[in-house]
Amino acid sequence: MGEVIKGGALDRRAVVSRLLADRGDLLVVTGLGSASYDVMAAGDHDGNYYLWAAMGSAAMVGLGLATAQPDRSVLVVTGDGEMLMGFGALATIALCKPANLTIAVLDNGHFGETGMQESHAGRGIDLDRVAATCGFDWTAEITDMAGVENLRRRMHARDGLKLATLKIKAENPPRVLPPRDGVYVKNRFRAALGHAPI
Amino acid sequence: MTIAEPELHPGLDWQDDVYRVLKEHDIKHVVYVPDAGHATAIRLAEADNALKSVVLTTEEEGIGYLAGAWLGGQRGALLMQSSGVGNCINTLALQVCTRFPLLMVITMRGDWAEFNGWQNPMGQATEKALNLMGVMTWRADDPKDVAPLLHGAATTAFNGDAACALLLGQRLIGEKQWVK
Repeated sequence: MGEVIKGGALDRRAVVSRLLADRGDLLVVTGLGSASYDVMAAGDHDGNYYLWAAMGSAAMVGLGLATAQPDRSVLVVTGDGEMLMGFGALATIALCKPANLTIAVLDNGHFGETGMQESHAGRGIDLDRVAATCGFDWTAEITDMAGVENLRRRMHARDGLKLATLKIKAENPPRVLPPRDGVYVKNRFRAALGHAPI
Repeated sequence: MTIAEPELHPGLDWQDDVYRVLKEHDIKHVVYVPDAGHATAIRLAEADNALKSVVLTTEEEGIGYLAGAWLGGQRGALLMQSSGVGNCINTLALQVCTRFPLLMVITMRGDWAEFNGWQNPMGQATEKALNLMGVMTWRADDPKDVAPLLHGAATTAFNGDAACALLLGQRLIGEKQWVK
């Protein structure tokens, strides 16, 4: 596994803010915990869908959405712990290969929400290498803001299934809480795509 | 020693009925963990270019997938075995808290004439566990009940943003032949 990098030096709020700059018609799904706070901190948006439970599901929600909306770019923003709980989803998603789906794993190598215990990622599991082995079209480990900008441009191209691990500092910035009313967020999201409530 | 139930002739048409009723309800996504009882529906779904079929590594992946497909404006269904219900329990909170139509078709094990007793604990807990998590349930043990009950479950799910499951009883599916 080579040298183990436990998280990194990137600022998570700066990373997510950059990824969501000039987002256009990008659709965003967030994994519960800090990833949701980061996306909310960058600005609430009708095209955001925040998960507050169902840990491990963010990538699969992204897969269903990307499959139903092939002409829209879909970005899943989640943490290494949340992605690890949906480890098998990487295999499922790799078989489907939606060209419009990008998974951004904010990797601080820790379970940040529960007391900063060291995670599998922090102990040597490289999720981008797992995704590459599964057959994702493009994967990367990103350690600087130039890499973040590269990812931002690539995810709008809808030219292949992508996953990047973004090596961020193990720290918890002040929480910026997204709405917890899941029905509201769901109906708002669907309305933005032109779907009425039942 | 395996003893066949007298006068039991499980029809195979009910397996076709599952696929047909799903199509009638405009299902665009069939996500599944395989089971022999779902073999026909899975085969027909895989061959159908008008819908997306997705094989899962574990059943709860299907709940996230269908939540996402519904966000994108499309209907789907999750096919699995009763053992998979146990894998879904925590993830069912996603349906409770966001209220999207979640249609599940579940083949039962540990339910009737079970050879493998290791299937019994989850099989016996399946319907109660679903109900505890807010899922409405119906069960079919007779081939003629499959189509109307699945129609009812789908109608209830898609008109009520509800979680609905049809349980296909082990007696309907027939005894698994372990020793030929």
